[in-house]
Amino acid sequence: MRFVFKTSYDADIQLFKHRAQAVWYGLLLLLVLATPLYFAAIGDAYLLGEITGVLILAIAGMGLMLLTGHTGLPSLGHATFMALGCYLNINFLGAGVPWLIAFPLSGLIAGALGTMIALPVLRLHGVYLALATLAMSMLTSDFVVMAEPWTGGIAGAAVPDINIFGVEVNRYSTPYKFYYLVLFVAILLVWFYRNLLRTPTGRSFTAVRDSEISARAMGINLTRTKAMSFFLSATAAGLAGALFGHSAGYVTNETFDLVMSITLLLMIVIGGLGFIHGAFFGAIVVGIIPVAIANGRSFLATTFDVNINVPGLESALFAFILICFILFEPMGLYGRWLKIRTYFELFPFYRKDMFKRQKSYLKTDRVQ
Amino acid sequence: MSLLEIENITLRFGGLVAVDNVSLTVNEGEVFALVGPNGAGKSTIFNLISRFYDPAEGRIRFDGNDLLARTADQVPSFGIARTFQNIELFEQATVLQNLLVGRHRHRKTGMLSNIIFSPKAYSEELRHRAAVEEVIEFLNLQPYRDKYIGGLPYGVRKVVELGRALASEPKLLLLDEPASGLSVEETQDMAFWIEDIQTQMGVSVMMVEHDMGLVSAVSNRVMALSDGKELATGTAAEVQSHPAVIEAYLGTSEISKTGTSRT
Repeated sequence: MRFVFKTSYDADIQLFKHRAQAVWYGLLLLLVLATPLYFAAIGDAYLLGEITGVLILAIAGMGLMLLTGHTGLPSLGHATFMALGCYLNINFLGAGVPWLIAFPLSGLIAGALGTMIALPVLRLHGVYLALATLAMSMLTSDFVVMAEPWTGGIAGAAVPDINIFGVEVNRYSTPYKFYYLVLFVAILLVWFYRNLLRTPTGRSFTAVRDSEISARAMGINLTRTKAMSFFLSATAAGLAGALFGHSAGYVTNETFDLVMSITLLLMIVIGGLGFIHGAFFGAIVVGIIPVAIANGRSFLATTFDVNINVPGLESALFAFILICFILFEPMGLYGRWLKIRTYFELFPFYRKDMFKRQKSYLKTDRVQ
Repeated sequence: MSLLEIENITLRFGGLVAVDNVSLTVNEGEVFALVGPNGAGKSTIFNLISRFYDPAEGRIRFDGNDLLARTADQVPSFGIARTFQNIELFEQATVLQNLLVGRHRHRKTGMLSNIIFSPKAYSEELRHRAAVEEVIEFLNLQPYRDKYIGGLPYGVRKVVELGRALASEPKLLLLDEPASGLSVEETQDMAFWIEDIQTQMGVSVMMVEHDMGLVSAVSNRVMALSDGKELATGTAAEVQSHPAVIEAYLGTSEISKTGTSRT
């Protein structure tokens, strides 16, 4: 077991708890930076595209994690903000705005619009908030159809390529550049997220999550804090939506549907609510399952000559996994990893109830 | 000089009069205790000061400011901090993070500089940490500073909640039953801390407490309440021997007579 002797206030503020942790994350950074080299060597970038997709999902997941995991506000409507970001980005690019401006701007406007939608909804709590956001998500597709001049309606809209100072970035023709671009955005957002959590703003989010009444007694304005969290969350979702558009190349009114919203929520629950890691772990699971199912299917077909063609198998598997997590590991994959790590750190003194905590992500319902 | 002035305050929940025309003042540097049977309206007065409830009538002034013109989340900015009867801590956060939330009213940086962790946000963070470490030192919370609240025993949580209120550097500290559920030793610690808070930090304390030992040990003045009405105000000894207070706790002499006439 490692003991960290804290000799200055910086020890509690800095991003890494100790040098070994910094080294591990440095190695991880090297790994993700070197990944394209491997795919370049084998000359097949298909899987790299999938990895890029996982990163985009993780960005959206971080947005939802901030809202649901750290502020305790469940949302079933985050695909709406992704759609907003995506279509804003398309229209800005179409109007000739450079990508470097269009991309952040579409995220920010998605955030601002999201906050405007959210302000009346934020008076609701828990399951009612979830229902209101669910309604929003169900309306999205209709709004996309109605706003045909900007969205292309049912026919859909093609997403222009990214152009950064003359450098063309496209998911298919330059997959490596696109990967690095998404990776950069993801890392930047992780850094922002970490900064938020170590400063008063992030602490006020967790305060609102755990006890609204004492948050108010400490001088935290609930509406303002929730709106702020919604803004940041919707901005991240908007950025992810814009990137998703670039990744898909073509978006229709069915791209950002209810299933996308539910997948996002599912993702952060599987990954681990309340941890930044959770957004990434969840995105990896959600990204891997369809690939695994496809591979498993073709494996069964070629080796055993068994053809499984069950419609909705993917959704069923997702649902099954989600139920298993809620039943057996409510802290998600990251929580499981924490437990395993603690088990070995403390061996043989680990107790089974060490991580027993009150389930409190909906604790805000209790107050009032 | 009086710090908190409550004038003729009344609060009704439907037909029930929870607080009935109560007036009180808390002077600067004083420990003021509210006692009374359950349902007397003691915690309700706290919630009125914290602005969780709107009074039907009356005025509340703090340090020259009209509190009734403010919302609950603006109250702490005047220097009022409180604890809760049923501990209200942030359970999924560490002790340190809980205390840091107590510093919320002193923050000077906004969302943007927090996100990019600007030098200003950094230096502010250092100041918050320094202030919180002093509270940790004062309340002997060192062994628990990185523990999650969810895993802490009741007695420690009580202290953490006191610490969170202290971290905001209040002028007036509202303690809602600081000794309830504490062991004899823990209650003694609490008494010493309240004395230190009063004498060393110069913070005025207003508390609701049932433990008359603690009340008489630390408080300068005591007000007894029953059914939302003031019964008596004075020193702990005066209030305890006041006939109206004895009646409220033990009933009238006639009832006690019938009580003893059992054969």
